[in-house]
Formats: sequence, C-alpha cells, structure tokens
Amino acid sequence: MVRAFAAILGRDLVLALRRRGELGNPLVFFVVVVTLFPLALGPAQETLARIAPGILWVAALLAATLAMEALFRSDFEDGSLEQLLLSPHPPALLLLAKVAAHWLATGLPLILISPLLALFVNLPGQALPVLVATLALGTPTLSLVGAIGVALTVGLRRGGLLLALLVLPLYVPVLIFAAGAVDNAAAGLSAAGPIYFLAALLVLAVTLAPPATAASVRISLG
Amino acid sequence: MPTHPSPSPHHTRATQALLEGLGLTGARGGRTLFEEFGFRLGPGELLQIEGPNGCGKTTLLRILCLLALPEAGEVRWNGMPAEEVRPDYLAQLAFLGHSPGIKADLTPRENLRVAAALGTSPTHGINGVEEALARLGLEAQGDTPVGELSAGQGRRAALARLSVQGARLWILDEPLTALDREAKQRVEALLEGHCGSGGMAILSTHQSMELRDTAVTRIQLGATVRAGEA
Repeated sequence: MVRAFAAILGRDLVLALRRRGELGNPLVFFVVVVTLFPLALGPAQETLARIAPGILWVAALLAATLAMEALFRSDFEDGSLEQLLLSPHPPALLLLAKVAAHWLATGLPLILISPLLALFVNLPGQALPVLVATLALGTPTLSLVGAIGVALTVGLRRGGLLLALLVLPLYVPVLIFAAGAVDNAAAGLSAAGPIYFLAALLVLAVTLAPPATAASVRISLG
Repeated sequence: MPTHPSPSPHHTRATQALLEGLGLTGARGGRTLFEEFGFRLGPGELLQIEGPNGCGKTTLLRILCLLALPEAGEVRWNGMPAEEVRPDYLAQLAFLGHSPGIKADLTPRENLRVAAALGTSPTHGINGVEEALARLGLEAQGDTPVGELSAGQGRRAALARLSVQGARLWILDEPLTALDREAKQRVEALLEGHCGSGGMAILSTHQSMELRDTAVTRIQLGATVRAGEA
C-alpha cells in the first residue's frame, strides 16, 4: 500500500518536472497579481502594509484555484484515473498521493516565493514567519478541498468556472483565518489562535477530503 | 419481462466459474442497450463479445469492471457479489479500455513500473517489466516517451501493462485497435499464454482472432434487445 502511494507520488512528480511550463503558470500568476497592487495603489507604504496580508492571501488563493483544474485532467483523458479506481488499493489513498504531488509542484513554490512578494507589498518583517506558516498550513487544505471539486467537474467539458463556484466558498474559512493571523502578526499581536484553527482545518481536510474525492471520482467516471 | 437470474445458455462447460454475470441490463443515456445478459467464465477461458457499434460492448465491460452500475443484474466473483468483495476482485482484474491508462509523458518502462507497483505483487511485476516489453516487441522503445511513439506502439505499451499487473482476469475493450499484423499475433500469443496458465479474458473486438488451445466463447451482444423495449 505504501508502495502504491509512493509510486503515484513519484510518477506525478516526474510528470510535473516534465511539464514545468504548465505548472509555472500559477506561480507567475501569483507574482503578477501581487506586483500589480503596488503599481495600482501608489507607493504609500502605510496603505500597502495595511492591506498586505489580504493581498498576499487572496492572490495565493486564486493561484491555488487556478492550479487545481489540471489536477485530474490528464489522468481523466488518458484513462489513468480509471486505473486508479481499479487498483486493489484504496482509491482515497492513491488520490491523496496525487494531491500531495500536485501540492508539492504548485503549492510549495508559492510558499517559497512568498517572502519576496511580502517585501513588494511592504509587509512588516515580524509577520513574515506567520505568513509562511499560514501558507504552509493553508495551501494543502486548499488543495485537498479543491480536489473534491475537481473530481466532480473533471468529466465536464468546461468545468473551470463551475469548479471556482464550487470550491471558492469552501476556501473562505481558510482565507479568513490565514489573513487574520498575518494581520495580527503585522499589528504585533499573537497569531496563535487563527494558526491553530488553520492546523485543525488541515487535519480535517487530510482525513475527510480523500474519501470524498474518491467518491466524486467514481461518480464522474460512472 | 423475466427478472430471475439466468446463467448463459451460450456456455455450459463444467468448469468452476469464477466470474458470472447474472441478468445484466445496461443502459446509456436512458436507452437500454442490452437486457438479461448472462455468462459464466472459468479459469483458462476466453469470452469474446461481438456486436455492431453502439450495442453496448463498452458499457458491458465497464459494468464488469465495476466502473459503471448495471440497471439490473449482478456481477459475481467466486460466487460472491463483486461489489462486496471489491478489493479482492479488483486485485485479480486488469482492464484496458479505449483510453490507454498510461501516461504519454512517461516512457513505456516507467509506465510499467508504476502499473506493477499498483498491482497485486509489486516485486514480481517489476521483475516482469522487461519481459512484458519484449513480449510486445517494445525493447527498442522502452525509454522513449509514449507520446513520441506511434499509435500502434502506444497501444502495445498499454497492452504490456496487462502482464505486469499480475491479474487473473483481463477485460479488454477493442485490444486490437491500431495494431499491425505482427502486433496482433503478439497479442494473440499473450492471450494464449494468459489463458494457458489459468487466466481468464473478456474482450470485445470486430476482428477474428486465431487462438490455439484456448476455450473461446463468442457472444453476440445486442441480439438480446428486442425492438420496442429500447
């Protein structure tokens, strides 16, 4: 079972490496959106610093949503998704491996580049570790929850907008707690509370989202 | 309309049947494609499903793989409803549908390794990768991404996946599509070997196949649907 998990994880990471261009798009989107704000709002440092947590998190969330759509697309088209369901191993576990690989290829780069972008929007230095922590806890949750929506819409020809309508409302709690935590940290307050909530959301998503994703894939393929 | 499960009249061999279809009714888009379809399949046997386009061959095969639900009827594995013994059943099942089930960005060798890891006996499967490539004449293409191979070579790579999965039951939807004469012979040899060692296969094809020493049952699908009930 571990072997099957590792096989899917490894395969998807190799595939991600071979299609770097496609996976780079969400990252470029994240960078472009965040850099547009200082250009539009002018160089008033206080204004930027005030809304920096919101800018960073909304941009990260949209970038993550943008990346989601490709999660099962190619597997659906070439029949690999069917094969996952036909494996004797639990489909929830194999799909979790797929989501994990997808997050490593699309979510992790967002986290790595976020300190640089925080500089662009004048986020106070003491909020930086909290920003990275909220992204590290929040983006996997987004991937796991988004996977349910992707699984439901993968069989549709133009599922992109429907996917956004399905998953964006579910992303709201993550956005509220994450942006709240960064806000608190920027104001010099403790960010522990919202971060605990984010951690709890992640645990919930890891345990509950994969079975829901597996059920959704079965519906889409049935 | 009779609803009692009726074993297929097409097949009365005395061997122990492992896979049974009982009174299967399949529909697609609200249209009934076949009704009261039954069959029995035991070790070493091959079931060839024939019928015109649109008669429900693919639907039937997807029902047998538990990918789709029948309108009525049941698939039984080892005398148990296949849904109830799903992991055991799937462990013995290898399916090749219209889509290849392998990744175009990976080489045949990489694809087979993944397939082996997902199968029942990973170690055996991974050792069998080279053999599987050789059986389908893909030794030279083992390290070229499938997307850069020809359609027929890609199809061969997909077929090679069957041997590394270590499954007893092969369900193949049009396995001979896009294959040249030589590849077709290789597939026939593959099926002979599989059935010869106690495996089972169900396949749909329009082409005639020459299989030696294999018990082949041919079933016409679609003949069971009566006009007016569709």
